[in-house]
Amino acid sequence: MNVTLKKLKDSFPDSIIDTHSFRGDDTAIVKKEHIVKICEFLRDDDDLLYNFMMDLTAVDYLGREPRFEVVYHFYSLKHNRRVRIKAPVPESNCTIDSIVSLWIGADWFEREVYDLYGIVFKGHPNLKRILLYEGFEGHPLRKDYPVKERQPLIGPKN
Amino acid sequence: MSAGQEEGIEKVLGNSVLLTQLDAIVDWGRKYSFFLYPFVTACCGMEFMSVAGPRYDLDRFGAALPRFSPRQADLLMVVGTISHKQAPILVKVYNQMTEPKWVFSFGVCATSGGFYDNYATVQGIDTLIPVDVYVPGCPPRPEMVIDGLLKLQEKVAKEKWSDWPRGEALVSKKGR
Amino acid sequence: MSDLKKTLPTEYMVLNMGPSHPVTHGTVKFLVTLDGETIVDFVVDIGYLHRGFEKMCENSTWEQVFPYTDRLNYVPPMINNVGYALAVEKLLGIDVPERNKYIRVIASELSRISDHLTNVAASGLELGAFTAFLYFVEARELVWDMLESLCGARLTSNYVRIGGLKNDLPEDFKDQTTAVFKRCRELWSDVDKLLTKNRIFIDRVRDVGIMPPDEAIAWGFTGPCLRASGVPYDVRKANPYLVYDRMDFEIPIGEKGDNFDRYLVRMEEIIQSMRIVEQALKEIPSGPINVDMPEYRWQSKDDIYNKIESLIFHFKTVTEGIKPPPGEVYFAVEGTNGELGFYLVSDGRGKPYKCRVRPPCFPLTAAMPRMIKGSLIADVVPTFDMINMIGGECDR
Repeated sequence: MNVTLKKLKDSFPDSIIDTHSFRGDDTAIVKKEHIVKICEFLRDDDDLLYNFMMDLTAVDYLGREPRFEVVYHFYSLKHNRRVRIKAPVPESNCTIDSIVSLWIGADWFEREVYDLYGIVFKGHPNLKRILLYEGFEGHPLRKDYPVKERQPLIGPKN
Repeated sequence: MSAGQEEGIEKVLGNSVLLTQLDAIVDWGRKYSFFLYPFVTACCGMEFMSVAGPRYDLDRFGAALPRFSPRQADLLMVVGTISHKQAPILVKVYNQMTEPKWVFSFGVCATSGGFYDNYATVQGIDTLIPVDVYVPGCPPRPEMVIDGLLKLQEKVAKEKWSDWPRGEALVSKKGR
Repeated sequence: MSDLKKTLPTEYMVLNMGPSHPVTHGTVKFLVTLDGETIVDFVVDIGYLHRGFEKMCENSTWEQVFPYTDRLNYVPPMINNVGYALAVEKLLGIDVPERNKYIRVIASELSRISDHLTNVAASGLELGAFTAFLYFVEARELVWDMLESLCGARLTSNYVRIGGLKNDLPEDFKDQTTAVFKRCRELWSDVDKLLTKNRIFIDRVRDVGIMPPDEAIAWGFTGPCLRASGVPYDVRKANPYLVYDRMDFEIPIGEKGDNFDRYLVRMEEIIQSMRIVEQALKEIPSGPINVDMPEYRWQSKDDIYNKIESLIFHFKTVTEGIKPPPGEVYFAVEGTNGELGFYLVSDGRGKPYKCRVRPPCFPLTAAMPRMIKGSLIADVVPTFDMINMIGGECDR
């Protein structure tokens, strides 16, 4: 089970900030500048072969620095293993490289993270809002956006 | 016909018994031949499929045929949650429908926003368009929907010529 | 004739298959650029049913999230409930009793049958096969009757609890199942005779919407659409949860990855799900259905009214919510469209810090342009139907 984490630590010793395996989920926290290299290694290395990019999301840890964390989940069909990669993103420099060049399916997932959290993905072909209407102001899933805030496009505010 | 209705019409038009009967016949025709526009968005759509299905048949009430063009429909059934992104489309479809037209709010999300009290959901479509029947429920049982349809039929049976036309949805004006 | 082509000016037309359209299951907009009837460009616009699931979960206790999960993929609501409950139980590190696991498997498979029936019925309807729609809606009503006798609601069930279930199986459930499945199998074979060898249906769905397997993996496909492309990945077999490792069932794999294979995979999965339910009902043990930990799952009303500790735990868990340890988990179940994953982050309080759903039909809808460019506009209908995009799941 810890094959992945060991290989990552051996190949990228200065990119990995931390690892853990809470409840059996292998997790590695990496520096955001090296995310594309690490994801490519995970996909192409023969012992790992993580060919499914299952999920891409972000978490807002308000009050902590760096504030956001972009979370990737990968699955390897051949070896039947899962791994989670987390990349902290500070609020002041709210950008990270896009992995659309590696998995075309990451396109919409990254648009959703941009829409709801405001994290900009560099190199994304079409970074627009996807779940909310075009002129929406703000990024609703951030912790400082109130849940009952009303932003109607048409009609009264109630 | 109730006495009040006859007084109202006769005041306007004089002693014209024929008009009252024409009213009754036209309303009778309208209430037993709704052409639905199922504006289906969410989970209530599954119950709508059941209501239109073989067990809880909508065809018995004359409301079998869904017409997917607003110009050809007269009953707008708003089925499911309306988000703020969807709201202008709902108003556009409502305005495109020709009169007489009725609106049936199917489910609690269309009636009042449901339990989605947040930044993305319209808290009730009556903030956008005038509604005739509200059927709450999450999702409402098909028997409730049929009850709502029968109440709408009672409402339509009491309509007068002067009720129509009503004009566009008054969304841009505040305090309707 | 060829001179005419040089002198006739033609332009591309942009057609808006808008958000309120009979074929787009409620809430998707397609901007189709057409050259005659051939699709040149295809842009998908979603988000018309975004209801803020994650934000609402962050403002509710761990138990109060269940009704929101019902309304994600609202056609098989039990699977969402089960997936969320299993994810929270993984976070807590608890294991539920055996009887509970069997009942959860039965509930999931009944929901899966209901979803596949709905999908094939809706596809039949939109391609003009109205009879198939009526037969499968009749079958679905019977399955919903069973679900109603199980939990009280036809559609949004809210049946599973963290560490337990709302109530046990009713007494005559097994007899009901036998009668309902007999009728369902009759209706299944009727629709099979109507559609599977039907010239018109085959012409509309064969060789349309093809997705080769390695591209399907790159797009993030899972579920019946991936299995139709030939990749044998099913979470129930790869990472078995509950009691799926004891069940004897097969997963149908397609060859070409076109719409016809997706239809066949779904039809076969209905039969396999019925097998699973019958096996589970035969092997189900007796015993408790709730885990005996009052800090996570409150106890029976007898205990709450008579013992002070049960009362206190009940009060605390209802008003403040259960308190899992801080940490994060990801747990995946096999939803009807693919891998339904829940990523939960807890900070030790009674409300989830983050409750993320990995929607299986999100990458499927994203891949629509890849599957449909170059085809005719009439091919949008069967392709989009067979993906089974459900607005509540794609937009959350």
